[in-house]
Amino acid sequence: MGILILLSLYRGVFGPTVFDRIMGVGFVGSKTLVILVLMGFIYERIDMFVDIALAYSILLFASTLVVAKYFQTRGAT
Amino acid sequence: MSFVAIFIMLVGTFFFATGVVGLLRFPDFYARMHATGKGDTLGAVLVLTGLAVYNLLGGFSSGNILVSLKLMFIAVFWFVATPTAIHALLRAAFDAGIMPWTKDGKPVIEWPPRKGRTK
Repeated sequence: MGILILLSLYRGVFGPTVFDRIMGVGFVGSKTLVILVLMGFIYERIDMFVDIALAYSILLFASTLVVAKYFQTRGAT
Repeated sequence: MSFVAIFIMLVGTFFFATGVVGLLRFPDFYARMHATGKGDTLGAVLVLTGLAVYNLLGGFSSGNILVSLKLMFIAVFWFVATPTAIHALLRAAFDAGIMPWTKDGKPVIEWPPRKGRTK
């Protein structure tokens, strides 16, 4: 899973357009969500980590929407 | 019983891996979005469902059931939210004037498209 994060971070850093970067960051974030829940199982504090994962998923969704709307009006650079 | 959860999680990891391969190998933004949106959505949903099943193996106490319900809620929310976000991003890219990739480099439709649509 960490290898997959590094590979999609490549697209986030070197993406040709700004939308590629947004997509790469979103993809990294979704795998971070899964790793967060897995860490909760490893540390045996799943009841705490699952709330953090819930808030993180909502934040990720909202941030992607807001950034997409911003670049829609501004145009790609 | 735990092999069911592990199998679901392995299938989810496979979808994540195919999404990353599509993200790295496809020629333009729209094709990458196509691969990533589906692989990302289904991978996260399957891994979270597998973890919810795995969590229930420790017994059916009320705390375990609550945690599994929260995990399933994250999965359902993710299943709705990720295609919405991807679609908004795709629409934004189309409006910002990024041309879809074609084999000979010529656009299939009139490009740039007319600005007659309502936003």
